Amino acid sequence: MIDFTVVDLSRLQFAATALYHFLFVPLTLGLSFMLAIMESVYVMTNRPIWRQMTMFWGTLFGINFAMGVATGIVMEFQFGTNWSFYSHYVGDIFGAPLAIEGLMAFFLEATFVGMFFFGWDRLSKVGHLVVTWLVAFGANFSALWILIANGWMQNPTGAVFNPDTMRMEVSDFAAVLFNPVAQAKFVHTVSAGYVTGAMFVLSISAFYLLRNRHTALAKRSIAVAASFGLASALSVVVLGDESGYLATEHQKMKVAAMEAMWETESAPASFELFTIPDQATHTNAFEVRIPYVLGLLTTRSLTTPLLGINDLVERAAGQIRNGVVAYESLQTIRKNPTDAEARAKFDQTWRSLGYGLLLKQYRPDIENATDEQVAAAAESTVPNVIALFFSFRTMVALGFYFIAFFAVAFWIASRNKIGENRLFLHVALWSLPLPWVAIEFGWLIAEYGRQPWIIEGVLPTFYATSGLTVLDLALSLTMFVAIYSTLAIIEVWLMIKTIGHGPKPLHLPMDEPIAPGAAFRPASAVASRS
Amino acid sequence: MDQLIPLDYQTLRIIWWLLLGVLLIGFAIMDGFDLGTAALLPFVGRTDDERRVVINTIGPVWEGNQVWLILGGGAIFAAWPALYAVSFSGFYLAMMVILLALILRPVGFKFRGKIENPAWRSLWDWALFIGGFVPALIFGVAVGNVLLGVPFSLDETLRPAYHGTFFGLLTPFALLGGLVSVAMLVTHGATLLVWKTDGTVAARARSYGIIAALATVVLFAVGGYWVANHLGAYVVTSVQNPLGPSNPLGKTVSANTGTWLANYAAHPWMITAPVLGFAGFVIAALCLAARIRPLAFLGSAVGILGIISTAGLSLFPFLLPSSVDPNASLTVWDASSSHLTLWIMLITTVIFLPIILVYTAWVYRVMRGTVSTTTIDRNPNAY
Ligand code: HDD
Ligand code: HEM
Ligand code: HEM
Repeated sequence: MIDFTVVDLSRLQFAATALYHFLFVPLTLGLSFMLAIMESVYVMTNRPIWRQMTMFWGTLFGINFAMGVATGIVMEFQFGTNWSFYSHYVGDIFGAPLAIEGLMAFFLEATFVGMFFFGWDRLSKVGHLVVTWLVAFGANFSALWILIANGWMQNPTGAVFNPDTMRMEVSDFAAVLFNPVAQAKFVHTVSAGYVTGAMFVLSISAFYLLRNRHTALAKRSIAVAASFGLASALSVVVLGDESGYLATEHQKMKVAAMEAMWETESAPASFELFTIPDQATHTNAFEVRIPYVLGLLTTRSLTTPLLGINDLVERAAGQIRNGVVAYESLQTIRKNPTDAEARAKFDQTWRSLGYGLLLKQYRPDIENATDEQVAAAAESTVPNVIALFFSFRTMVALGFYFIAFFAVAFWIASRNKIGENRLFLHVALWSLPLPWVAIEFGWLIAEYGRQPWIIEGVLPTFYATSGLTVLDLALSLTMFVAIYSTLAIIEVWLMIKTIGHGPKPLHLPMDEPIAPGAAFRPASAVASRS
Repeated sequence: MDQLIPLDYQTLRIIWWLLLGVLLIGFAIMDGFDLGTAALLPFVGRTDDERRVVINTIGPVWEGNQVWLILGGGAIFAAWPALYAVSFSGFYLAMMVILLALILRPVGFKFRGKIENPAWRSLWDWALFIGGFVPALIFGVAVGNVLLGVPFSLDETLRPAYHGTFFGLLTPFALLGGLVSVAMLVTHGATLLVWKTDGTVAARARSYGIIAALATVVLFAVGGYWVANHLGAYVVTSVQNPLGPSNPLGKTVSANTGTWLANYAAHPWMITAPVLGFAGFVIAALCLAARIRPLAFLGSAVGILGIISTAGLSLFPFLLPSSVDPNASLTVWDASSSHLTLWIMLITTVIFLPIILVYTAWVYRVMRGTVSTTTIDRNPNAY
């Protein structure tokens, strides 16, 4: 039987470690690009202040990067340690993007990040700039491949179940690569990272201006962050909308839950601005709605109806019954691999196999499931509506806030008035945590909204764990919580200290030429020009 | 679809078995010297300046090197998903200890130098020591356990179940495997320090390196003797179709019957592997003694290649034998991913691995030369 304590602890551990990893990832994504931009300006204009900026933000980038790597290693192995049935069941498809990520992205990023820090006095200016860009590309490639993997979990295309090996296998790799869900996710997620990077630079610079310290560096940093941030904030919202659009095609239940939409809405659906959903009775206490908006947002039309949760549950019940047929034929095939009739039946129904497996939470012999169990399994396809509804609204509200915020910043910067408006600087300082709030809620929607599936429609989460004991998980979870919390405190403390120290002086010991065999021009030769 | 793939399933499985070896050896050689150096850190460096020299020797490159491990994980997932699923969940607590140790490395490197306080720095020195020593030890213990057989079973849906305990992993033979691994990587780290540094650090590293190299030779010999005389092996007793579907339950295996040396009797050329293992570390010891610095490093790299290949060749065709349900053992013929996936992954690897090697070589070229307090003080980003 399935041990639900083990399942819940495994989920908790994955959620905790993933959310934790994603505290650092977005800053790496955003800052790496901003470093590349700042250094490009340095190389083009030759003004040392831009190199000072690159090095200062680079120091903070480095502290964050270390945590990104430390938490990332855990992610790479956790599928095997905690989700071993999952790893076997879909490793044929899911492993490939992860391995390609290593080949194409991590090597690039990790090899050149060392050069970024240690190569200043050993590389030519252009050489070092190329290194910085390669770090930024590496980080973004890594996002691409991991989101192809994650996109496949949301929309598992290009794969079929093979009864001889009892697992999903690739049938069309191009479909996995060009999965529209993965593409939309990629752009939305990296843009969210850029927003985070921009906000980080802007808030800390605002802090310096409020204290009247390092103003030259802070003003220039704000100019970069404002334009980069505005472009990214627009991209997040426009492409967040694309995510929503694609989710309606592939994950109707998730969208219905995000909207607390129990009944099917006739076209054009209206947008639920506020309500208090009640999961048990499938109803909403008082509602504030905006007509037409939801229909436009999710289906791009005014005439397509949107399916509500109740209808989707009914549909799931039908698929569960089909899934039981698939399961029975699979049993027959296992006993007699050459049974052509069973294979034909399986070929017709295998797409519902995952739905059949939902019954495994109630009994091992699912072919004997009662009607009540089928109904309960169908009801279990509804994710937690309240959590999704409010997470989604928080994220969207923040999305619009970021556009407004960066638009103001951009306007101030383009009129050369940075630092004159103290109110804006205060707002900027206090907005620092907001991108992280939006991002963590975003993942909550994407992942928690997919429940009960670990792979949408293919494999239920509770069926995918490793055969661990509660003690195993208690030990590992405690270990992660303890070490991650400790490191987080140290990390934030070091960041604050580094920010307190401010940038290093313009003229550094490495400006003096020595380095054996290194081709470089002393930067002090051009320093006088700024 | 499968007919369009120019290489047949059997060939691809062999290639991926070889590539698995390449990745593990790549990891042991490249990240191995980082692990070894970190394990030596508190001993070869006594003052803060000395320790900074040690840390900055690997500082610019260790991050790239660690990706060999990450790629190893990813490639096992992609090419040998059953192995990824069974081994990592089976060795759960051991894996968690490794992860804990590996978490300490990136932060240790980055955080240590940020504060000038002896207690703070010493704390991170020991964190780095753990980050080097513990993975080196456990990886070796794991290999020892693979040779002994791992207590896992598969049910008819191929769901893995593990029947052992964490402390059950720590048998004498497995611990011997751990010691071989530590000795080998410590030698490797020492040869790097001797090559890249001067003065007291290099002198101490030299003594430790010679001891570790000789220890590797002795321990490896003891391991060989043990395998030859006291260890039963696993043998596939039914005919396996190298082109068949990846389902481990389709064969029969007998446990504790043959010997892991059978492959060497059948294919004498394989003896090259253990010979390289011994020769590499003897050369490393001699060159360290004679102060022929790069050759010592090369010697230990060759030795690592020899020792890991020895383990892999002995096991073939097994990847992971099961001690409680031998028929469920994973072999090269029944634990791979599909024909198509192996092919796609081969193409990607053939494209990207050479590129990686080229830019890695470039980075090492740029960073060439010895590391000393002078070079460190010049770089405000140094650790
Ligand atoms: C959208 C981007 C994104 C997402 C969803 C993830 N990661 Fe990540 N990961 C990165 C983006 C990233 C990065 C930006 O490339 C990092 C963060 C900081 C860093 O150093 O690199 C990184 C680091 C990082 C590392 C260390 C790499 C190195 O040594 O350079 C590993 C092994 C992973 N990740 C693995 C994972 C796994 C298995 C994930 C899924 C469960 C995952 N990451 C989610
Ligand atoms: C780093 C960004 C990510 C974050 C913040 C994140 C967040 C989450 C959260 C909150 C859960 C828990 C859901 C629940 O149990 O209720 C979860 C589960 C999970 N996610 Fe993600 N996720 C991230 C990336 C990914 C990626 C890229 C993948 C796949 C490649 C992935 C695969 C999974 C798996 C396997 C589970 C466990 C099953 C489950 O409980 O849903 N996650 N994740
Ligand atoms: C109007 C604004 C926004 C809309 C309409 C929107 C829409 C969405 C949707 C529908 C999802 C779920 C995708 C899925 O289920 O797979 C999602 C996920 C996510 N959102 Fe947003 N979003 C908005 C703003 C933001 C902002 C401002 C951020 C952060 C700065 C953000 C970060 C994320 C992240 C990290 C995820 C998880 C990754 C993914 O699934 O793409 N979003 N968003």
